[in-house]
Amino acid sequence: MGRLSWRLARVAEIRPETPRVASLALDVPGWAGHLAGQHVDVRLTAEDGYQAERSYSIASAPDGQRVELTIERLDDGEVSPFLADELGEGDQFELRGPIGLYFVWRPELGGPLLLVGGGSGVVPLMAMLRHRAASGSRVPARLLYSSRTIEDVIYREELERLAAADDGLTVTHTLTRAQPPGWRGYDRRIDAGLLKEAGWPPEARPLVYVCGPTRLVEAVADDLVALGHDPSRVKTERFGPTGVQ
Amino acid sequence: MSGFVSRGFRRRRRADDEEAGRLPPGQYAEPGFPVLSAGPTPRVDLAEWRLRVEGLVARPREWTWEEVQALPRSTFEGDIHCVTKWSKLGTSFTGVSVDVLLEQVEPLPEATHVLAFCYGGYTTNLPLEDVRGGKAWVVWEHEGRPLPPEHGGPARLLVPHLYFWKSAKWLMGLRLLDHDRPGFWESLGYHNRGDPWREERYWGD
Repeated sequence: MGRLSWRLARVAEIRPETPRVASLALDVPGWAGHLAGQHVDVRLTAEDGYQAERSYSIASAPDGQRVELTIERLDDGEVSPFLADELGEGDQFELRGPIGLYFVWRPELGGPLLLVGGGSGVVPLMAMLRHRAASGSRVPARLLYSSRTIEDVIYREELERLAAADDGLTVTHTLTRAQPPGWRGYDRRIDAGLLKEAGWPPEARPLVYVCGPTRLVEAVADDLVALGHDPSRVKTERFGPTGVQ
Repeated sequence: MSGFVSRGFRRRRRADDEEAGRLPPGQYAEPGFPVLSAGPTPRVDLAEWRLRVEGLVARPREWTWEEVQALPRSTFEGDIHCVTKWSKLGTSFTGVSVDVLLEQVEPLPEATHVLAFCYGGYTTNLPLEDVRGGKAWVVWEHEGRPLPPEHGGPARLLVPHLYFWKSAKWLMGLRLLDHDRPGFWESLGYHNRGDPWREERYWGD
């Protein structure tokens, strides 16, 4: 296995997702492809030679030399404000990857799929749903997605479109901080009751992927095990960057 | 390729730690203690908990929680480095040196490697040399408090000179082998040894 070398990525398109989140579509010459759920390392170099590296989940389905990242701007961060605010289309930066062979899904792994995300933890789960749709997979899938407010929901319209395709995907939102007038969905943190109502019963033996802040990931994984899910079918990932608790 | 300059990108973090030479390449100082796990946190009852050292040893043995607590204690004070880029500087863990355990089981001369195995099924591999000579511990306290389950409690391995995935959480035992056998992350794209100062993060690094 050769070394994962640093490659120059060029920003092809920038798409704002929410007030704090933007997606960067990148062209990465020489990219050898990736699996849904994998991440990349990004390296920025300042003019004085100072370098900073961070990891970001890949948001896009495998698609040639095109790689999409979705970046949440952390106000006291070092790398994310630059990526989210200062980069323009045509700009370049270094990345290497893809990384990680555990928190990944491809249609051959089957399902049913239960994806549980909090905040920008939805990003690698979105790569799985995009890959599922692009490959025409009919693996039954349920996404349970926790956001603070409706404005914080990343990929809102695309998720609506994917769910409307009637190919076996359901999307359930919960809004934990504020709900718009007339909201009829969930309005609390993901708990055992919510997992029972919007997830799969343990007898269905779903493949489960959980990604989000530590508190959500730990609570959801504990609840799933308590509900009777096989711990070895529950994969967890804490979303990057790791610098914020 | 080394260092394509990103115009407008500037250092925003304080440089003290780096100047002190404590941050390996590509790492940044993190005041908190992030939790990274591949699956649910196993809950282990202390009455059921055992630590085993087995494999290529003259006297394989098992310790109960009380027995482990009665072994001579030692405290590591220093820095830890996670492959996901954060380092935690100036932290401490208390437990028992792996040297103390090995002394009791008497490794056979042909033992060259160790496979750490854990409650929940996690494994990681190390050359025997990386866990002897005051370089590794089995720890159950972090900064004077019991190690929380999400950080590997009741007890985890601590091998602070390597990336922190080698410091296996929820440790059940060590198996001494006469060959190397990749563990969990080592089979899934991560470097076999994981020296942060050589930036051995992934396969091929």
